[in-house]
Amino acid sequence: MERKTGNKMVHDHNHDGIDRRGFLECMAWAGTGMLCVMQGGVLKSFSMGRAGELDAKKMAGELSFVQISDSHMGFNKPANPDVSGTLQAAVDKINGLATPPEFLLHTGDISHLSKPEQFDTVDQILKGAKGKEVFYVPGEHDVLNDDGKQYLERYGKNTKGTGWYGFDKKGVHFIGLVNVLNLKAGGLGTLGAEQLKWMEDDVRSLKHSTPIVVFAHIPLWSVYPEWGWGTEDSAQALAYLKKFGSVTVLNGHIHQTMQKVEGNVTFHTAMSTAFPQPAPGSAPSPGPMKVPDERLRKVLGITDVNYVQGQHALAVVDATLE
Amino acid sequence: MRMRRSVRVSGFRTAAILAVALLMAGSHQVGAKAPQAAPATSAEVKIDNFSFAPATLTVSAGTTVTWTNRDDIPHTVVSTDEPKAFKSKVLDTDEKFTYTFTKAGAYSYFCSVHPKMTGTVVVK
Repeated sequence: MERKTGNKMVHDHNHDGIDRRGFLECMAWAGTGMLCVMQGGVLKSFSMGRAGELDAKKMAGELSFVQISDSHMGFNKPANPDVSGTLQAAVDKINGLATPPEFLLHTGDISHLSKPEQFDTVDQILKGAKGKEVFYVPGEHDVLNDDGKQYLERYGKNTKGTGWYGFDKKGVHFIGLVNVLNLKAGGLGTLGAEQLKWMEDDVRSLKHSTPIVVFAHIPLWSVYPEWGWGTEDSAQALAYLKKFGSVTVLNGHIHQTMQKVEGNVTFHTAMSTAFPQPAPGSAPSPGPMKVPDERLRKVLGITDVNYVQGQHALAVVDATLE
Repeated sequence: MRMRRSVRVSGFRTAAILAVALLMAGSHQVGAKAPQAAPATSAEVKIDNFSFAPATLTVSAGTTVTWTNRDDIPHTVVSTDEPKAFKSKVLDTDEKFTYTFTKAGAYSYFCSVHPKMTGTVVVK
């Protein structure tokens, strides 16, 4: 299904070969399972159903990974009595992608109650996913009772402080941040001075052309403060990234997809693999939202991300479980 | 003359007896009118829909407050004082936390998992 406007580049404000408006339009299609691929600096969109017709190499780009989020292992209320089943369905979805991901990013709320057996079950299920490694950041449900001590024991190798860290893959720099600890009454997510200082140092000597991917549990932009959907000091973190030509921010926590493009920064939140939550302000509270059983797997899903060397923006595509 | 004196004396005694009787009756009346209610020793806060209800609870010193989580998501009850006056472990649906307030004051608290949820217990 080619877009009617064709694939001609219309606006190239930054002279970087990126058609911003085209990019935005492509992002708008993302929720329906469209695939946006950079080919020769131009965004092309393809329906996931036609994906098999495409040249796998052209489609693959150079780096491909999948974000999953909010598996809430241990949750068993009416909104989804089988979160293991839906997490397995997410793994099946991942394994069915035309381009297998090189690794997974889990943006937190791995467990529902920070219980060891809940973490164990997620580890077990994710072992079946293509993708050699899983990188994690904690959600608030992963650091209950012990201020994140167990989380660090399990996932904190090579991290600093409460679990933040950076790593590189094929020229893309990844930054995992923790914004679910030391929360203050009446407040939002928080990064804290120590983590911000680390981040400033971490990106200081990177070239401006290095694509950056930041991932954290609570959104790093103000989605809906009334429900705690935001991070108090994220502006400071984003300020350190102003010089970069391509920044992608991947978050979870709100159990629905939401996107925003601001200059060189693309913000994106993922669906949960466990249960959906209501749209901002559309319900009395942001709790688990019950949908008809046959609809559940249409509101849960994964996010596929592709990057082609030399192209700036990463292609971020959401796919539901069914 | 003698009779009058005795009348006066007996009159005084009668008045005294009457006065004492009245006083005793009075105190009897006070005791019978309104039995003083004993101060409440327990109170409840319901946690539901990401909120504490009532958000402000007023109790007298010595009261034990019980928080019950009726929400389908876990919550905690954590004092905002430094050092913390109380801190519950995580409460799943139907789990409870109790704390007895012995000293007067205003005790603010919040849910450490969802920090927008706040409440206060005012102890008189």
